[in-house]
Formats: sequence, structure tokens, C-alpha cells
Amino acid sequence: MANKKIEGIIAEFKNPAELIRAAEKLRDSEYTKFDCHSPFPIHGMDRAMGEKRSPLGWIVGIVAFLGLGAGVTLEWWTSTIDYPLVISGKPFFSYQAYGPVAFAVMVLSSAFVALAGMLILNKLPKFNHPVFHSDRFGKVTDDAFFVSIEANDPHFDQKKTIEFLKTLGGQHVELLETDEKNE
Amino acid sequence: MNFDNETYKITDSKNTGILLIIVGVSVTILSAIGYFSNSAQFFMSYLVAWIFWVSIGLGALFFVMLNHLTGAVWSLVLRRINESVMIALPFMAILFVPLIFGLHDMYHWTHAEDVANDAILSQKTGYLNVPFFLVRSAIYFIAWFLIAYKLYKTSITQDNNPTPDQIKAMRRVSGPGMVVFALTTSFAGFDWLMSLDAHWYSTIFGVYFFSGGLLSSLALLVLIALYLRKKNILNEMITIEHYHDMAKLMFAFTIFWGYMAFSQYFLIWYANSPEETIWYLHRWEGNWKILSMTLVFGHFVIPFIGLMTRTAKRNLVWLTIISIWLIIMHWIDLYWIAMPTYAHHGFHLSWMDLSLLIGIGSVFIGIFWKFTSASAIVPVNDAALTQSIGFSNN
Repeated sequence: MANKKIEGIIAEFKNPAELIRAAEKLRDSEYTKFDCHSPFPIHGMDRAMGEKRSPLGWIVGIVAFLGLGAGVTLEWWTSTIDYPLVISGKPFFSYQAYGPVAFAVMVLSSAFVALAGMLILNKLPKFNHPVFHSDRFGKVTDDAFFVSIEANDPHFDQKKTIEFLKTLGGQHVELLETDEKNE
Repeated sequence: MNFDNETYKITDSKNTGILLIIVGVSVTILSAIGYFSNSAQFFMSYLVAWIFWVSIGLGALFFVMLNHLTGAVWSLVLRRINESVMIALPFMAILFVPLIFGLHDMYHWTHAEDVANDAILSQKTGYLNVPFFLVRSAIYFIAWFLIAYKLYKTSITQDNNPTPDQIKAMRRVSGPGMVVFALTTSFAGFDWLMSLDAHWYSTIFGVYFFSGGLLSSLALLVLIALYLRKKNILNEMITIEHYHDMAKLMFAFTIFWGYMAFSQYFLIWYANSPEETIWYLHRWEGNWKILSMTLVFGHFVIPFIGLMTRTAKRNLVWLTIISIWLIIMHWIDLYWIAMPTYAHHGFHLSWMDLSLLIGIGSVFIGIFWKFTSASAIVPVNDAALTQSIGFSNN
């Protein structure tokens, strides 16, 4: 036998303006685990949802400096300790020449960390998500705007939350359920 | 200062511009006393001060064209301020006239006898001769005048009688204008600054000259906007979001300047050929070394770190400090480029360095203010103005 487990609620909104208004109301009602879905980025959505700034910039910044240090260390070690070579009469430790390579190592390491950090902070890759249980959700890549609220949000209450989404103008409010296999 | 909220005009500062111009001209003329005690010092100080303000005007001209070409909306509230700085640039041609009498004091390639005995300079006479030099300088200013005048006039017409054609016309001017600007600015840098040491050459020099000017022009734009804000003018139109974007550009062009400066230095250091390295050797002699290091840290490292975070870019007090700092650094940069040809073994500041900087600056700001108070200080009838005011970074 299969039991249904409630994962969350999804509601459809008519246009980006309504989606932003719904997000602001949800934020003001102290919902935290909700998300907005739209076919295109909407200006002002981060603020409407009360999103904090991503820490990615700081992570990349710190890694950039580490990368710079690593680049300089590599060049210093190869050209003064491991394989000292006189090049056009310049000193072994010629910091001027280190610029381009150190810069490149810095950019390379920050680019990798930016990509990996973005994926990790967004919990990607993810192979499935409860919102895909809604048949209407496919329209999100075309012409529909959705709000989804997760069941583990502290303010989540099946009946009240559904009512609340309806008062915000949500249409086709659906429960998102997954099958849970019992032994 | 009175500000009319209906027409967006400053109503009671009509004479400030004229006053600044009179003060500036007087200070400049008084500085000419120095000509009788030390003519070379006078002309060199004049050249540095003059080029400093010219480069800022060039930066504004570039920025106006850039915004037309990219169709930028965010910067629209700043357009008129920039246009007023830009239109002051052609007037600097008048202040070029005194320099004509100082060519012999400043440029070694004007000394006919020395040139005849110099294997390198005698090869360059086809380009480096006084008549052609003056013709080129005239061409630069005519080109800048034509572009700036057309852009400014169209923009003012838009205030009174807006039609959709005006923005198109300004974009059409900006396209070829940008090409002309790139060539003239580059060669202006070669002629006025690089030829001070006519043996030396660097192909990137024009871009280096331009990058410093643009950076200072952005810093001046921030300072003008902050000044108006202090007087409660436009503080609902130029929001923290606009300052944030200007700071981003200052950050970007700090890096751009550093990139150009390093590229120039790096290739010369690597190739290690004496006719090129001598230029840096001069700037490593005596207390010039202090200025060289000041530029590395003051013009690049400090503003680079100081403008890196979002918090710093949105802090108006910090932006004021860093803008003033960048403008001072740009002056040091030009001083460091020009002066070693006159003072080989170390710099010693002259009172003329300061008085001429203030004198010519006062004329420049006066002309700017004259244009600022003559029209609305935002393009009031541009279709995208509301959008520009409401612009947000997230």
C-alpha cells in the first residue's frame, strides 16, 4: 500500500505583478521556505521574497586571493628553488614576470569556485522536486507564474496556507504529494 | 542655491559660473609671474594642469557617447551633468594658446640644431614638427567640438521639443564619434605628453592617458552629484542605486587603468631595450621613486580594495573620500608622466603647479557651471527618464 506524503502547496498567479505581490505578502507573513517560479527573471523579486544576499561573492573573493598566492608560490618555487634559470639577465625572483600567471591562476580558481559554489548553494544538481508532481507546472517555462510553499515551513498549515494563497489571488491551488512506500 | 522643481533649473546661481571663470583667468594670469622667473617650470606646470582638465572633459565626452551607444537607461538622470562637463572641453582649446609660446621650453624636438644632430629625432621630423603639431592639436579640438556640440544641442532641443528622432540622432553621432574619439584622444596623448620625451615611444600610451581621464571624470561626476545632493537637489532622482553603479564603473576603470599601466611597464621591462627602459629609469631616480610607488598603491591597490565590496560602493561618505582620492591620483599620474623631462633627478613642487591647477580648474568648472545653470539639470523630456529614476540593482 502507498501512503501519500504532503510535500507542499503550489499556486498559480496570473502575471509577474501578482507574483511579486504574493511574494511580498508571504515574506511579511514570515513564510521562509517558499519559492517563486516564472519563465523569466523578474526585477525586484529578490527583495520581494526577502532573500538575503548570497555569500558566494565572499567565497569567490577569498579563493581569488588564495589563488593569487598559489600562483606566486608556484612561480617562486619553480624559478628559484626547483629549476633556477637565468633569463635575459633578470633575477630569479622577478615578481614583474609573475603577474600574468598569478593573475590567470587567480581567475581560474575563482571561476571554478564560482561555478561549484553556485551549484552547492543552490543544492544542484537535483534530479527531482515535488513541484513536478503538478501537471500544470510544465507551463512555468512558457506563460505561467507559480508560488510553491514547502510543508516543512514553520508556518505551514495545510488548510490555512491554501486559504491564504487563494486570498492572494492564487489559482489552481494544489497539494504536492509523493507516494511513500510502507513495508 | 535655489532650485525650481518644475523646470529642474537652478535659478539663482547665474553669476557663479562667470565669477569662477573670472577668478580662474585671474589666477592663471597671476601665475604668469612665474614665467619671468622660470619659464620652463611655468609651461610644464601649465601643461600638466591643462591636460588634467582636458582629460576629465574627454572622459565625460566618452561617457556620454558610451551611454548613447549602449542605450543605457540607468545613467539618464546623470546625462545632463555629464553633457555640461563635456561641453566645457572645446573651450579648453583657448587655454591651449599660451602653450604655443612654450613649445621650445617643453619639447626637445622643437630644437632644430639638436634634432639635426640626433639620429633618432632627425628621422621623426616628418611627424614631430611645430606646424604639423599645431595642426593636429587644432584637428583634435575641432573634432571634439563638433561631436560635443552636436550631442549637447540635440539634448537641449529634446528638453523643449521632444521627438523620437533626437535620441536616434544622438546615437548616430556617437557611433562614428567613438571612432574619432579613440583616434584623436590617443594621438593627443602621444603629441602632448609622450613627445615630451621624443626618443621614447609606447603604443599603449594613448589608452593609458584615456583611462586615467575617464576614471577622474567618473569621480568628478560622483562629486558633482553628491554636491547637488547636499543642496537637496535631485536627491530623489539620483538614488543610492545610481551611486552604486557609478562606483562599479570607478572600480572597473581603476582595474582598467592598472591593466594599462602594467601592460606598458611589463612589456618594456621584459624586452629590456635601453631606449624604452630609460623612461622608467627616469621615474625611478631620486624622489620620483616615491611617486612611482604612490601610483602603484594609490592609483590601483587602494581604490581596488576600497571599492571592492557592495557596502563600500553604497556608502556615500566613503565614495566622497575615494573620488577625491582618485582625482588627486590622476593629477599625480600626469605630473609623473610629464615632469621628469624637466626635473630629471627628482621632483620639487612649485607654487605654479598648484596655482595653475586651480586657475585652469576654476575656468573649467566655471564653464561647466554656466552650462549647468543655463538648462534643466536632467534631460526632462527623455522618454526613459522615469525608468531611469526607478532603476534598481536587484
